[in-house]
Amino acid sequence: MIFSEVTSAGAQFFQWVPLILAFPLAGLLINMFFGGRLPEKVIGIVGSSAVVLTFVVAVLQAISLVGHPEGAVVPLADWIHIGELHLRWAIQVDTLSVTMMLVVSGVGSLIHIYAIGYMHEDVRHNGDPGRYQRFFVFFNLFILAMMVLVSADNYLMLFVGWEGVGLCSYLLIGFWYDKGEGGIGNAMAAKKAFVTNRVGDFGFLLAAFTMFGAFRSFEFESVFRQAPEVAAIIPSAIMFITLFMLLGVTGKSAQLPLFVWLPDAMAGPTPVSALIHAATMVTAGVYLVARSYPLYSLVPEAQFWVTMVGALTALFSATIAVGQFDIKKVLAYSTISQLGFMVAAVGMGATVAGMFHLVTHAFFKALLFLSAGSVILGLEQGHHHVEHDPVLRKKAKNLHHFDPQDMRNMGGLRTRMPITFWVFTIGGLALAGIFPLAGFWSKDEILLEANHLYSWAYIILSIAAFFTAFYVGRQLLMVFFGEPRTEPAAHAKESPPVMTVPLMILAGLSALGGLLNLPGIHTFGHWLEHTLEAATHGEAAEVAAEVGAEAAQAGALGFDLGIAAISTALAVVALGLAWYLYDRRYKQMLDIPPAKRPDDPLRSILGPVFTGMERKWWVDELYWAVLLNPYIALSKFLAQVIDWRFWHDWFHDVVIAGGFKWITRLTAVRIDLGGIDAIANGLATVTQGLAQQMRRLQTGYVRNYALSVFVGVVIILGYLILR
Amino acid sequence: MLPVGYYIALSAILFTLGALGVLIRRNSIVIFMSIELMLNAGNLAFVAFARAYQSLSGQIFVFFIMAVAAAEVAVGLALIVAIFQTKRSIDVDQLNTMQG
Amino acid sequence: MTSELILFFILAIVAVASAVGMLLSRNAVYAALYLILNFATVAVFYLMLSAAFISLVQVTVYAGAIMVLFLFVIMLLGAEHTGRLSESGWMFWTPIVLGAVLAVEALYIILRQWKAIPATQAAGSDFGAPAAVGLELFQNYLLPFEVTSVLLLVAMIGAILLARSKKA
Repeated sequence: MIFSEVTSAGAQFFQWVPLILAFPLAGLLINMFFGGRLPEKVIGIVGSSAVVLTFVVAVLQAISLVGHPEGAVVPLADWIHIGELHLRWAIQVDTLSVTMMLVVSGVGSLIHIYAIGYMHEDVRHNGDPGRYQRFFVFFNLFILAMMVLVSADNYLMLFVGWEGVGLCSYLLIGFWYDKGEGGIGNAMAAKKAFVTNRVGDFGFLLAAFTMFGAFRSFEFESVFRQAPEVAAIIPSAIMFITLFMLLGVTGKSAQLPLFVWLPDAMAGPTPVSALIHAATMVTAGVYLVARSYPLYSLVPEAQFWVTMVGALTALFSATIAVGQFDIKKVLAYSTISQLGFMVAAVGMGATVAGMFHLVTHAFFKALLFLSAGSVILGLEQGHHHVEHDPVLRKKAKNLHHFDPQDMRNMGGLRTRMPITFWVFTIGGLALAGIFPLAGFWSKDEILLEANHLYSWAYIILSIAAFFTAFYVGRQLLMVFFGEPRTEPAAHAKESPPVMTVPLMILAGLSALGGLLNLPGIHTFGHWLEHTLEAATHGEAAEVAAEVGAEAAQAGALGFDLGIAAISTALAVVALGLAWYLYDRRYKQMLDIPPAKRPDDPLRSILGPVFTGMERKWWVDELYWAVLLNPYIALSKFLAQVIDWRFWHDWFHDVVIAGGFKWITRLTAVRIDLGGIDAIANGLATVTQGLAQQMRRLQTGYVRNYALSVFVGVVIILGYLILR
Repeated sequence: MLPVGYYIALSAILFTLGALGVLIRRNSIVIFMSIELMLNAGNLAFVAFARAYQSLSGQIFVFFIMAVAAAEVAVGLALIVAIFQTKRSIDVDQLNTMQG
Repeated sequence: MTSELILFFILAIVAVASAVGMLLSRNAVYAALYLILNFATVAVFYLMLSAAFISLVQVTVYAGAIMVLFLFVIMLLGAEHTGRLSESGWMFWTPIVLGAVLAVEALYIILRQWKAIPATQAAGSDFGAPAAVGLELFQNYLLPFEVTSVLLLVAMIGAILLARSKKA
């Protein structure tokens, strides 16, 4: 085989790795400077090919790693030299980072290609075609930042990428910053994402400062090498680092309690939701914990908290997803929930399972978002069609306030958008964890590890998985089955091939992604082992070795038929329940007159609980009540009472101004009029007289001025001699 | 080899002559030439000191001074031409509109 | 008196004489020609001070390009006849006296510091050679060199803007 020859010959392309930064940068610069003069097609092709080339480089790295699993660190430049701090800008090539590179650039390429078609429609629908260029500039910038994040060989460089992707997220959520609720809805959503992420970044920074204090270094290799010794001397340092880092993770990966920004982030265009807010950026937190595994493995308490946060998030947001009607919001909460799975997995030390789920999730969640985008586009086109057809226009009602993202406006799209239907179904079933799709294998592995390590986490995650399958079924049935509930849905059209082809590729990946890490073979596990073991087994420290051995043992856990059966059974039951409610009950409900008919069968069954799910358990309201309103009240108190009434009205007006007036009167009458005025008037007279004389010096002859300069030179030189 | 002091002394004399030219001439072009003479005297001192201290930096400075002088001449002569176009004269004593 | 000293004095006399000639000539063209002579002698001084490169630059840039520009402007404006030197009043004599004082002061300082100037040793054969100057210029002074090019560009644009006729 050619492949094995290449690898056995030890071909390695590590020194090519800087290209993963260079290609997105080139794409972004080209589009930024010349995009205004290029046609849309070229902009899209430049943006996409930059990412495709990045993907090629990432594949070359992966091929090299097969022959040289130890990886490499490719230094680019010296970055910071301050005191003890010596930092290089270097790219870490190992199996973990290359995995992330492959996912980011691979899924990124497909989404870029999809965006060529999607944004073409979107900029026209929103009435500003000029922003097409801007979109691809931001999108390439995001890939660049993400590559910096995953290729970092130290925490500070990782933080640069971390902030970079946060910035891109902000820019792209607010891409239609002049749209949304009241014209500022999208801008508000972007701001919310940015501010919430700041809270998390604050945690990350504290972790980084503590880390420098304890290790005098930011580099992964040096930090992990010293970790066991430092843990023996000051165990609390590692505890601080890992817990503050967890705060950063909850911000970036939208975990409890900082998850509130992600659903609002759906204000961005759909490719953004797919790439940034589902497949890649939000998994940065998972990557961070996986990368810092040697630190977390030293403090079981921190592992407990990470697992707890992840598992609770998984369950909590899965319940919210059940009550959503916006097709993208359902997926957003589903993303939070799945991120919870991953965080829980990496938290309990099952790094391989977590990363595996990260990869498969990137496939199927990108797929789901992109097909949701296709659905939205189809509905928009149907809406457009209906609006311009006088007959249909009369029949349809409420056209003006038509929401193309509301699942209550859909239905029956199966026959109208067949490709989208099939790929969405594959993605949905993969998310639900149906055998043999990708999600089944990765979720099963997490559950298996959870059962082995933390049985309470296993129970929580299983319930979350049940809810997952249920809302997937609900969404599928509401969107694609039954009869169209509105005229636009009845006239929806399939999307163009530039969008459906990436969807089909992603569908293939979602179906076959499980092959990466089949039980018993564990290709992916062995692949990552190189990195994880190199990090933990560096110095033969007892703790690390022990934990590493445990992890290796856990990684080798086989395939438990019982657990697989339980999770599959839960998924099937949930899907069946969804079918019963949203097919059977829904059809029965059609007999009820529309005015009394509930919009969701579950609402009549669960009542207030469903309202809770729909209203996101009032978390936003809670934040308003607990944090924002008191903050505003405090600000108002400070502004009005302290500043205005006390400081301004009383202190300034009464004390300072009054006292000043008193002194002024005294000085004005006695001192000023009596003494100073006389002097001043006298001085003025003298000055005037002098000025009359001095005026003559201003001859206007340039040589006179030159002469005076010359006189000055002679005098100064003379002074220097005689001094 | 001559002591460098000779060159410095010559440079001082040339500088003084240049300064005198600026002060006693009224033709702005000649004034300009005198300024060039002063710059040249400075250059001579630079080169002399470069020789004395065996350091090339002095010569590099002369090189830069020449570049700046070239720029200055270009702009200065353009100014003179522009002034001539409005005043029909290059006598600096005619240019006394700044008189107080 | 070595031959070098003799050469120095001859050239110094030529330099000072040409400077004085420039000062006193009534015709601006003569003044420019005197100045060219002065620059040429200074170029020889540069050669004596082992600054071959600078010497050549002096001849081409100063005595060549810059002075041609001067002559060109003089003839363009038809300003070769400068009339009286200056009013012979205080604006003539004050500078003369001050100039004499300045020269005396400067020479006094030079004499006083004579010992402080390092004695000149024989320079290496490549000291001041174009190659050595070029290396120094492009290694240690690369940024100023590039900035100079910007300066020249700015000067060129400025000169064009200033000198073009207002009507065009």
